[in-house]
Amino acid sequence: MYPENFRYTKEHEWVLAEGDTATVGITDHAQEELGDIVYVDLPKAGTHLEQGKSLGSVESVKAVSDIYSPVSGEVTEINAILADSPEKLNEDPHGAAWLVKMKLSAPEEVKNLMSASDYQTYIGAEK
Amino acid sequence: MPSAPSLRTTPLHSVHCGLSAKMVDFGGWDMPVQYSGIIEEHHAVRRAVGVFDVSHMGEIEISGPEAARLTDFITTNHAAKLKIGQAHYSGLLYETGGFVDDILVYKVADDHFFLCVNASNQDKDFEHICSANRFDAQVENAGERYSQLAIQGPKALATLQKLTPVDLSTIRYYWFKDGEVAGTPARIAYTGYTGEVGFEIFVPPSEAKRIWALVLESGAEFGIKPCGLGARNTLRLEAKMALYGHEIDASISPLEADLSWIVKLDKGDFIGRDALLRQKEKGLTRKLIGFEMRGRGIGRDGYEVMIDGVPAGWVTSGSPSPTLCKNIGLCYLPIAQAHPGQAIQIMIRNQPVDAVTVETPFYKRAK
Repeated sequence: MYPENFRYTKEHEWVLAEGDTATVGITDHAQEELGDIVYVDLPKAGTHLEQGKSLGSVESVKAVSDIYSPVSGEVTEINAILADSPEKLNEDPHGAAWLVKMKLSAPEEVKNLMSASDYQTYIGAEK
Repeated sequence: MPSAPSLRTTPLHSVHCGLSAKMVDFGGWDMPVQYSGIIEEHHAVRRAVGVFDVSHMGEIEISGPEAARLTDFITTNHAAKLKIGQAHYSGLLYETGGFVDDILVYKVADDHFFLCVNASNQDKDFEHICSANRFDAQVENAGERYSQLAIQGPKALATLQKLTPVDLSTIRYYWFKDGEVAGTPARIAYTGYTGEVGFEIFVPPSEAKRIWALVLESGAEFGIKPCGLGARNTLRLEAKMALYGHEIDASISPLEADLSWIVKLDKGDFIGRDALLRQKEKGLTRKLIGFEMRGRGIGRDGYEVMIDGVPAGWVTSGSPSPTLCKNIGLCYLPIAQAHPGQAIQIMIRNQPVDAVTVETPFYKRAK
């Protein structure tokens, strides 16, 4: 369920870092908690993001939730399919429905994040 | 999430948890907000049938020789005009004309009225009614004696009919019959909070689990789904039914809430009547109106509404409409602008987003 090569935040984002590039998304637990997602607001390519600061928001039928960037760096690409098909985020949050790709300004930040097993313990305790 | 020990639960709580429902604190009750998903549950009710546990709703019994007089004194609609077996929507007001609660009044007998009230308002309502009781009538806070299930949708009748000897086709809209469901005494009302046909049944709490299971089994052939408060909210919003704490509260009168149809000023004295008369005489300053988003976004509860860049009102409820595939909502606007076709902007995360006021209800079922 939670890929071993991802790192996770307490706010339920994931990041897959490869060298100084990374792919960012929200976790399966996050989409499950949000329910039917109807909007995804993402920053434009070129935007600089800070670790722990706002990346954008996802909106479900019930509510709006902020997404926080798990790492610092520049947005190089946003996932275009989410504009027309936000429901993909409910279907494949760890795969096709990634949110943004980034060029990392501080790749070592990834080490501060949770491993898959730590994250699963974390959401288990939250339940 | 752990449910705080202080949260109240319905007899179906363990059933909801067993169905992996997402639970939320709703006015002090640990209630299911969704099971399979709000949109799927919403469509089940519009297209087939859904069942809701609404056992958190409160019940208050008014009985005695002057039960009708007390009921009429505390409510805005004309209770004395109800026939035995008939129900209506009504308002429970303060002297100021603001809402204590919005309720359903059922006439069980000439000397017996049954009120269905909002869960979180039950104790407040009970005290309010008791304090107004200068009549030969008894008031009982009876929530503990009833569980309530709502079976809603075009297949609601076919689903419930298999479980009761009462001929459901003979119950008219906003009428009810006392009979049996699955061999248990039940009050069966042709009422609902979805804008769809359907029934609300009041049963003994000890039988709620068994009847819930039988309803699901009976509706299986139609694709019945257990539905949570999330779908209940999107369904009632499409039908423009008020939700206490959103469209109405202690600061809002039924005239402002576009509910003048439940206010019978000529029926005689009732609590809040003088304030409503004064409000009518002076003219309303604001009124509830529906809107549709034109720009991208959802105007949600509490968001500010602007007209030509000037603050004009606030959103009371807003949501995507699964049936209409639009983003809809309700808001209060100054009376001069509270008519369909008015361009408005809703402040969504500090950005004005275009919307326009529209006729309501947003959704009306085909007859």
